[in-house]
Amino acid sequence: MEKVSMEKKIRVLIAKPGLDGHDRGAKVIARAMRDAGMEVIYTGLRQTPEMIANAALQEDVDVVGLSILSGAHMTLVPRVLELLKENKQNNVLVFVGGIIPEEDGKQLRALGVRGVFGPGTAMAEVVAEIHKAMGEAST
Amino acid sequence: MTSIQSILQGDQRALARMLTEIENDTPTGRQGLDALYLHAGKAHTIGITGPSGCGKSTLLNALVRQMRAIHAGGQIAVIAVDPTSPFTGGALLGDRVRMRDLALDEGVFVRSMATRGALGGLARSTQAVCMALDAVGYDPILIETVGAGQDEVEIARLAHTTLVVEAPGLGDEVQAFKAGILEIADVLVVNKSDQPGAEQLKQALDAMLEMGYALQMNEAQPKPNSPVWVPPVLSTIALDGKGVLELIGVIDEHKMWLKQSGEWERRERVRLMAWIENIFREAVWQRWQGEQSAYDMEQAIEQVMKRKLSPYQAVERLLKK
Repeated sequence: MEKVSMEKKIRVLIAKPGLDGHDRGAKVIARAMRDAGMEVIYTGLRQTPEMIANAALQEDVDVVGLSILSGAHMTLVPRVLELLKENKQNNVLVFVGGIIPEEDGKQLRALGVRGVFGPGTAMAEVVAEIHKAMGEAST
Repeated sequence: MTSIQSILQGDQRALARMLTEIENDTPTGRQGLDALYLHAGKAHTIGITGPSGCGKSTLLNALVRQMRAIHAGGQIAVIAVDPTSPFTGGALLGDRVRMRDLALDEGVFVRSMATRGALGGLARSTQAVCMALDAVGYDPILIETVGAGQDEVEIARLAHTTLVVEAPGLGDEVQAFKAGILEIADVLVVNKSDQPGAEQLKQALDAMLEMGYALQMNEAQPKPNSPVWVPPVLSTIALDGKGVLELIGVIDEHKMWLKQSGEWERRERVRLMAWIENIFREAVWQRWQGEQSAYDMEQAIEQVMKRKLSPYQAVERLLKK
């Protein structure tokens, strides 16, 4: 068994904003991140951007992962980014997963989203991307 | 303004960052603790424990919501502990799923913690995190343990008032007679009390308490001003809030009893002593560890492996060096 100690753990918030009820993707990704040694705060379905930002603030997370399948990503994601900024959490890495058209993905990245993952993305890729981004953030 | 001043003035961001430092046991975290300690010691801490699936998080959600409705001014903190995987070191902290009603209440601060290898139902730094929240003025502070079996009793040392939550269908009534988790209860809660078997469970708990306290009261002569607190058994349905107001009433009564009987002071003393002991043990161990001691330890293990020394003898020798 690996030694569990007080070293810095990556804390991740996995949230599902909006009204669609398909949370399998969010759960799978939460599980994969747990297995990668991260502390994953899972908030469940139907979260408003305000709820997400508030949880990110109190839990002092390094990463926020948003899972959206409803098509409302162009409203929900910018709002989350805005609220994080208001709370001075600009340094938090935001990832979006779900069905996101390429053009929207580009726009979201331009707004500050670190990565956009579509269906079929390998879990290892997501985990590696987070590690990479965390490494860049700490240097 | 230093971060301590911002924290004391209610800056949630500064507080949340400090809690991370405390959790990671960094030098910043320790300095923060030193400064915050001077301001702590006021909050009523309420522990919630019980087996997985008995409804701890749901009950906590209902409790905090109604407490906020009753004392609108008071700010409440919640610490929710979930287990760390011993294999990967990761954790899935899912208590917020059941605390939806608290997510937008600015007077409620929720912090999820992973156990990070600690046994006993809490994380090693839960006590310190609780103290920091206390210093800021959160009162009460509710602490939810991991889904506890029979031996996760650390919470009783940390909390002023410990609720042990049970639900029907999780075990037969012999469980109620076992030592451990039920003995630490200040208040017993039968949650999901609309489910079949709830009445029997309540009766079994009542019977257990009657037996235990009848014996205790005959033996020890309780002083007139400090009568023994007999844990009441309450029924709740956390999902629709039934019985929760009564539960808050009993929690308040227990707090008053603690203060009037002198038990508050006594528990505080026991808690701080255990805390100092823990810190002391860790400090001595860390001070002892070094290059030479690693070599000595290696030697000792060899001897113990070859059965030339017992583990006890090995430690005796190590201590003499």
